[in-house]
This record gives sequence, C-alpha cells and structure tokens, in this order.
Amino acid sequence: MAGRVIELPAPRGPLGEQLFEALEGPPSGHIAAPTEIDCADPIADEDLQLALYIAYELHYTAIRGVDEGWEWSPVLLAFRAALERPFEEAVAELVPPAEAAELESVGAALQQIVAEDPGPPLSRYMETQGTREQMLEHVVHRSAYQLKEADPHSWAIPRLSPRPKAAMLEVQFDEYGGGSSERMHSVLFAKTMAALGLDAAYGAYLDRLPGVTLATVNLLTGFGLQRRRRGAAVGHLAAFEMTSSIPNRRYGNALRRLGFGREVTHFYDEHVEADAVHENIAAWDLAGGLAADEPEVAADILFGARALLQLEARWASHLMNAWEGGETSLRAPVVPVPA
Amino acid sequence: MATDQSAEIPAATITPYPDGPYLVRGDFVVTDQEGNPLSTERRTIALCRCGKSRMRPLCDGTHKLIGFKAPSAPEPWPGE
Repeated sequence: MAGRVIELPAPRGPLGEQLFEALEGPPSGHIAAPTEIDCADPIADEDLQLALYIAYELHYTAIRGVDEGWEWSPVLLAFRAALERPFEEAVAELVPPAEAAELESVGAALQQIVAEDPGPPLSRYMETQGTREQMLEHVVHRSAYQLKEADPHSWAIPRLSPRPKAAMLEVQFDEYGGGSSERMHSVLFAKTMAALGLDAAYGAYLDRLPGVTLATVNLLTGFGLQRRRRGAAVGHLAAFEMTSSIPNRRYGNALRRLGFGREVTHFYDEHVEADAVHENIAAWDLAGGLAADEPEVAADILFGARALLQLEARWASHLMNAWEGGETSLRAPVVPVPA
Repeated sequence: MATDQSAEIPAATITPYPDGPYLVRGDFVVTDQEGNPLSTERRTIALCRCGKSRMRPLCDGTHKLIGFKAPSAPEPWPGE
C-alpha cells in the first residue's frame, strides 16, 4: 500500500476558496487570516469545517499539487488558528465544567459520563432497521476517521508521564495490529470498505462528507496536535473506547442481517473484543494515571470525553434526521461498485 | 498497568478492573476443560466477570448495560 495522497476538495465557501488557492502556490505565499468568522453554527459549518480539515490534513497526508512545506508555514498556522477559535468556543458551550467530586476519581467519572451518553440510539437503529444504503453511508462517514484510526491520539504519546504512556502504548499497539499490518484497525476498515464495493483510498469521499462529520475528526486532531490538550486527547480516547464494543456488536449484527459475511463484519467484530480490553486500560490506567500524575489536566480529560460524546451526538442526529426525511446523510449519494 | 516495582515481575498477571472484567497480561494460555486453547491474537485479554457476556469467557462490554458493580480490590468480609 502506497503512502497517503489526497486531492484538494472543492471549496464550500470563502474560507476554503482562500485557503485552497493559496495551497496551490508556494508555502512562502500569503493567506490573509480572517479577523472574524461569521457563522451561526461552527460545528456544522461546511466552509469552516472543510477548510480546517484540510489545514489539519497537511499533518497526515500528502495533498496532490500542494508543497509539503505548507505544514508548518506560519501563515497557514495563523489562518488555521482563526478557524479553530470559533469551533473551540462552540464546543466549549456544549460541555459543562467538571465538578470537583468528579476529579477525585477520573475513571469513575468517565464511567458516569459515558453512561449518560447524550446521543440518539444510532447503533440500535442500524441493528434492527437500517437499510443497506444507510449502512454504506455510515461506513463512508466513518472513513474520515477509521482510515487513520489511532493516529491522532498517538500524537499525545511523547507528552505523557511513564504510567499513562505505558497504558496508551498498550492500547495503541493493539490498534496498530499488534505487530501485524494485516490486523491494523485502519487496514481492517479499508478491507470492509472494499468488500462493500466502496473506494477504500484515503480521502476518496471527502467531497461527500458534511461539516458535522468533519467536525468529529477536527475535534480530535486539535486535541492531538497540541501538548496543552493532552488531557483532552486522553479523555477522548477513553470515552471512544468505552462507547465502542456494544455499538460495534450492533453494527456487525446489522451487516449480518443485511446478508454480508465475515470479510465485511470482521472490523466490527474485532472491535467488540479489542475495545472490551481497551476501555478499562484507557479509563483507569491511562486517564486515571494521567490525572494522578498531572492533576492540573484532570478537568481537561473529562472535557475531551464530553466533547467527543456531544459531537458524536450531533453527527448521529444528522444521520437519523436525514434518513427520517428520506434523504441521503451525505452531500451526494454513494454508488458502490460490486467487489 | 499498575505494577509493583519492588516485586519480581510475574509471568502473568490477572487484574480485576472496577465494575469491569479481569484483564490478563503476560505469558498465559486460556483453555477449556479439555485443554483446547482459546483462540485469540491479542497480548492482553479481558475475561468476563459479570457473567453476561455473549462471547464468554471473553468480555464484550455487556457489564455496562446491566449495571455490574465490583471493586478492583478484594471485597471485605461481611461485618468487617
């Protein structure tokens, strides 16, 4: 499998037009950072989320026709910061501050937070009623993260003290296939996509992904890239693992009900077993260990967990609302090619 | 993973997690009564502790749905 390369997507507004045009020129070029971004709903704003996603993708992948020197260009970073600000503020409005009692046991607080998951019952719907087209759409949405599964959290590794670092590595080693690229979770997801007749190339469906989907990934990339958000990155990973095994069993059941075989369900079945292990390590050894070593980031651990659940809830509501209205949840429908 | 730095590192450890499964790490094999080994490719496994997993002996996260509660440390004797 070759290295990642994506195409610049079509811009969805003035921010994207300005950024993508600049990226086609030399990294010495100028991008005027917007002083104020006027958007009512930054979390679902098509222009803002796509522009931010591309600014972040420079850290993950080559972009055809874009000089790799843009990755750390000061003007790019200044432009990106202007996009991050309204997004971060909108997320912060959804997340209540941690309570003092929660900080006494971060592991127990995480258990409580995920037990009160604010999202709609998407996995239960898919298991019992989801159609083939809806399942394919779900997979396409998830490709934004799953084809780079584990990568954003890994940026936090060098920033952790020994106990949480060892816990993070115990989880990530398994995510990356335990020494076998064939068992790497991102590779398993690509196999699922191919078996469904979908294009498994990294970034292939970017033009179809709505802002509310890109926001779920931008949230995590923002946590992963910044040392000051190591607590949030860890809390995000913990909540992600703690809300994985049961939904993934349901998605596997949905695919079996729709007549798909092991080559499609393997990714989901693997996550039932893997994340039943990971969630304990992530909550108690990773998040709990970090909170014990660095109490000053304990509140941000819970912020990261709550922010994940809020953005996942926004995304899941978008899917279910679109389907209820008989519409596609993507920006354009996907037509699978039989494998 | 919490390890006791003063003790020799054991070949395998079994750790009950709060309200969750037993995590098994190290050099171990899980077998059925006939001695047939459990097929798993991961280094660390989670064994069901609540009894309600649908893939016993492995954990599948069901303890969260049934409100399973158990501490990590041994429970005290009644009256203690």
